[in-house]
Amino acid sequence: MGNDLKAKKLYITIDGYRMEDKFSGLDDSIKIEMLRKMYQIRHFENETEQFIIRGMIHGTCHLYTGEEATAVGAISAINDDDYITSTHRGHGHCISKGADLNIMMAELLGKRTGYCKGKGGSMHIADVDSGNLGANGVVGGGIGIATGAALTCKMKKNGKIVICFFGDGAANQGIFHSSINIASIWDLPIIYLCENNVYGMSTSVKEAFNIEKISDRKCAYGIEGLTIDGNNLVEVFNAVSHFSGECRAGRGPVLIESLTYRWRGHSKSDAQVYRTKEEIRQWVEKDPIERYKRILIGGEILTEKEDKDLEKEVISQIEEASKFAMESPFPEPSEVEDDVYA
Amino acid sequence: MRELTYLEAIREAMQQKMRKDSRVYLIGEDIAEYGGAFGVTVGMLEEFGKERIRNTPISEEAIIGVATGSAITGMRPIAEIMFSDFITIAMDQISNQAAKIRYMFGGRAKVPLVIRTAGGGGTGAAAQHSQSLEALVTHIPGLKVVMPSCPYDAKGLLISSINDDNPVIFIEHKLLYKNKKCIQNVPRQMYEIPLGKGDLKREGSDISIAATSYMVQKSLEAAEKLSQEKSIECEVIDIRTLRPLDIDIILDSIKKTGRLLCVEEAPIFGGFMGEVSAQVSEKGFDWLDAPVVRVAGRNCPVPYSLVLEQEMIPGASRIEKGILDLLK
Ligand SMILES: Cc1ncc(C[n+]2csc(CCOP(=O)(O)OP(=O)(O)O)c2C)c(N)n1
Ligand SMILES: [Mg+2]
Repeated sequence: MGNDLKAKKLYITIDGYRMEDKFSGLDDSIKIEMLRKMYQIRHFENETEQFIIRGMIHGTCHLYTGEEATAVGAISAINDDDYITSTHRGHGHCISKGADLNIMMAELLGKRTGYCKGKGGSMHIADVDSGNLGANGVVGGGIGIATGAALTCKMKKNGKIVICFFGDGAANQGIFHSSINIASIWDLPIIYLCENNVYGMSTSVKEAFNIEKISDRKCAYGIEGLTIDGNNLVEVFNAVSHFSGECRAGRGPVLIESLTYRWRGHSKSDAQVYRTKEEIRQWVEKDPIERYKRILIGGEILTEKEDKDLEKEVISQIEEASKFAMESPFPEPSEVEDDVYA
Repeated sequence: MRELTYLEAIREAMQQKMRKDSRVYLIGEDIAEYGGAFGVTVGMLEEFGKERIRNTPISEEAIIGVATGSAITGMRPIAEIMFSDFITIAMDQISNQAAKIRYMFGGRAKVPLVIRTAGGGGTGAAAQHSQSLEALVTHIPGLKVVMPSCPYDAKGLLISSINDDNPVIFIEHKLLYKNKKCIQNVPRQMYEIPLGKGDLKREGSDISIAATSYMVQKSLEAAEKLSQEKSIECEVIDIRTLRPLDIDIILDSIKKTGRLLCVEEAPIFGGFMGEVSAQVSEKGFDWLDAPVVRVAGRNCPVPYSLVLEQEMIPGASRIEKGILDLLK
């Protein structure tokens, strides 16, 4: 890549990987759109938290607060018709992939207007039409499915690629190993995007791994890989842009480890005995939204006032979604066996 | 005696065994500082340390593999699979390895392994965190399968399971853990309840109900109601140990009542109660005045929305209707 990079602007990731700075060439409108998506995730999760506190969510929810740059940066860097698989912590991926906030919120409240007609809830939201092959209640459960979607792309030669999102915790499931190996030997167009948010439930990566970087596992599969700053939207966007190009050119798969942090408890109930308030505070200081907003304002792409207006717009959109969800009907008991075929 | 919740009874069984036997250790996800997803192992890290309360990465297959390997070489592991749904990830190790080793090796190895796991629905956790998969494991020769319905049984059955030299799948119910309605007097000392023995939870002469786990509580609820409102007296049998199965306690009961209603939470098709029903019609046909009837989960995954979940999983009113229909 060395020569052609001289003409284009260069971007260097936190672990020294050199690639084209595709972000700098984007239209301002796209850059602002990414900020809007981050706000949507943040406020969607804040609203969800309120529903949890008010006892309106029957099951559990895993909030994506603090990790917004990874989902938005990565999914903005691929095409609308590319595929993703998501996780139990899936609201951010879902919103980034273009899901309708009303329909999402309705699903969380178990309403028949929700994405799964109330049958799935937070952990199973899928929007196959928009290329979102589903959140997943099983840690690592999406890794094989994503690999299969990449096989389809290759067999159909349709030029599409897949981003497989999974957590640091999922990287220790057997299916992580066996799927990435298959993707490697078959050169499948897939980005394995490990969201390292420091914990799998209560277990820290220090306790669960004996390697410094999860991306070092690339060596075991003979593939490319790197560790990026997952709280820096520009870095996530550039890395995923670069490797989506590689995947489309038949040089996949790749393993990207995105370093980020979960601000909230693991799920509905979590006393968080495994971490300190100080640690949380340090990561909140690296707020991905604040950082990205500063880049846009500093680059005169957005004024402070426009930023405030944008956030306000998003907040009212979320209020709208809650209203829609609350006013929607519950499913009828007779619907319980709809879609049962055997 | 003092009253304990189901969860406290389970914890006490493990603590008392661990104090007595250094070969007993715990292995599972988030069981150390966090105390387990449902809080069962809270405080155990402080007492027993990291060596014996072994927190693992998210690797169910390895948890059961490692536990099995250590069991055949002299340890007595208690492995925790956070949700029973995830035993499927470890199924090779459970079914092809742990369950078969003693027999395949001509009896020259033992597998003193307990797999504790939380089953059942009613928590809004949807299709992948709510299943009742006991039929999957009861079908496999080489596994004992236990499902306690109350704190007293939970303690005694867990102690027996730990003392057993063979693999035991010990399925706890999420809705029982902290259930204030199911608090019981539990002896402080260690005691065993033998595996393979059912228990009469309520005596009655009109109809027999055989149930498992949380459905025992729901059946008792229905039985009380019918006793008060209609003077119908149900005999409620807690199967407790699904394998080995105490069929005699059920046969003895139908000798008296002539009718059997089986109640379980799992989808009815291919469920464990199909086995009970078959054995009763083979061995107890002469005493039956009506066909054996099952009240069980609907034939679908467990749905998320409360309305749908309550439709899928049987409750006291569906059991009550089953009783009345069978008495017609
Ligand atoms: C196979 C499996 N084991 C355990 C669980 C319980 N569980 C749900 S999320 C989680 C932690 C996942 O950690 P990670 O993959 O890092 O994702 P994060 O929650 O940090 O986003 C655990 C243990 C599960 N859902 N599936
Ligand atoms: Mg994590």
